[in-house]
Amino acid sequence: MALALSDVEKIAHLARLHISTEDAEEVARRISSILELIDQMQGVDTTSVAPLAHPFDAVQRLRPDEVTESDQRDYLQKIAPATQDGLYLVPKVIE
Amino acid sequence: MVWETVIGLEVHVQLATKSKLFSGSSTTFGAAPNTQANIFDLAMPGTLPVLNAEALRMAVKFGLAIDAEIGRRSVFDRKNYFYPDLPKGYQVSQLEFPTVGKSQLEITLEDGSTRTIGITRAHMEEDAGKSLHEDFQGQSGIDLNRAGTPLLEIVSEPELRNAKEAVAYLKKLHSIIRYLGISDGNMAQGSMRCDANVSVRKKGATEFGTRTEIKNINSFRFVEKAILHEAQRQIDLIEDGGRVVQETRLYDSDRDETRSMRSKEVANDYRYFPEPDLLPVVIDEAFIEAVRQELPELPGAKCARFVAQYALSDYDAGVLSSTRALADYFEQVVAICGDAKLSANWVSVDLQAVLNKQDLEVEESPISAERLGGLIARIKDQTISSKIAKTVFEAMLESDHSADEIIESQGLKQVTDTGAIEKLVDEVIAANPEQVEQYRAGKEKVFAFFIGQAMKVSRGKANPAQLNELLREKLKG
Repeated sequence: MALALSDVEKIAHLARLHISTEDAEEVARRISSILELIDQMQGVDTTSVAPLAHPFDAVQRLRPDEVTESDQRDYLQKIAPATQDGLYLVPKVIE
Repeated sequence: MVWETVIGLEVHVQLATKSKLFSGSSTTFGAAPNTQANIFDLAMPGTLPVLNAEALRMAVKFGLAIDAEIGRRSVFDRKNYFYPDLPKGYQVSQLEFPTVGKSQLEITLEDGSTRTIGITRAHMEEDAGKSLHEDFQGQSGIDLNRAGTPLLEIVSEPELRNAKEAVAYLKKLHSIIRYLGISDGNMAQGSMRCDANVSVRKKGATEFGTRTEIKNINSFRFVEKAILHEAQRQIDLIEDGGRVVQETRLYDSDRDETRSMRSKEVANDYRYFPEPDLLPVVIDEAFIEAVRQELPELPGAKCARFVAQYALSDYDAGVLSSTRALADYFEQVVAICGDAKLSANWVSVDLQAVLNKQDLEVEESPISAERLGGLIARIKDQTISSKIAKTVFEAMLESDHSADEIIESQGLKQVTDTGAIEKLVDEVIAANPEQVEQYRAGKEKVFAFFIGQAMKVSRGKANPAQLNELLREKLKG
């Protein structure tokens, strides 16, 4: 299955990636080759195989409902580019 | 043209755990920004989620309460989207294998009729943080305290047909989650939020119309208004030759209107896939049985019991079983005074009026169940009349005294001594010869005048039944 350039643009938009027009064709070619591999895998008869949610044959461990973390805001905000009144500042998002 | 509204609700319930769904950060409401957002919630590299056992137990509890299929093997998935208040770039949710599967809920409408609404599923997921858009020099402020808080999203089938049904459904869910104690259900604080999928179609049509999703509905009243508004908007649009566009709309309660939120966006593509950082959650029979043992009596069962055990009307039983706290209060009052009918009236009428007026929950009632029970006990044993009881009730609102203390200190004890009442009746008759003439001439209405006079003289304390009897006898002449 070959990917159109418009597909690359859409995926890049969803992933918030900037891909230049020059690179787009190469990206399309590479993703297409991954999809070809998937097409090949689709050909395998899996009707008798249960869907696999995780490669490990194990189940989720649970943790007791306890507060184990303390306030580390000052420490964590040291690496933030901008903060104010305890908030992380980011470029304006308008809905 | 007759139109029909089709509504499906997605209700997000914040589970009342102490810590987050996948981390040990606190979930306390109202903390200073980002003081409850730690490395896990901020999606620092290398951190891994571990599921909160209590959140799982609460989800299963809800499933059992509505008699749903419980997912013996549930799987968490990543729902991918970009937004600054979602640090990981995906929300951990459940898509194909939710913890709670299919069920249904019976709702009761205002006219007393019932309808059964299908529940598609209820899945566990984590909440996002909060974005604040004002006053940051052209930037947005992000508070991640809420990021990672456990939610149960309860999804209904598109089987609700008008705004009132949607409200009834929401109230029923609210009552159940509060009974179960799995959430405080506080809509103003966002512990219960509702998105409504609304579409309209010609009455009798079998195909659904194009739907819109209304977000940001945070009260029962707004649910009704938002749906009414949105349905009308769609009808007007279609009747004017337009077409409904599938989109997300925001309800603005100040203007009572919905407006488009994300129409220009490329259609949502969440690219779900199983969350590789979490293993499948396996729930065994023992786990389910342990949770089942903790199920309290639910509103429906309690209502039926109130009718059977206390001989209450369906209406009274419904009101008194609407919340667990109110039901407990009522039963405490009955236990003290021994009169269910009187208790039902006092709790659902007099007390409820006070609570409504002061905007209080029954847990915050200025009169405890012990005190109210004590008051009703005095009506029952005829120490005071119902009328005087209202005076005592008012006095109880103003103080912490018991009914007995107030009756004693204000001298409100009912006069049941026949001699004293007789004396009273004689006085009233002697003082009003004209009315006596009228009564004896057949003017029955004047009787009420005598009762009024006698009550006035006795300051309301004369036993009404005795007074009535003696007055009739004496007036005969």
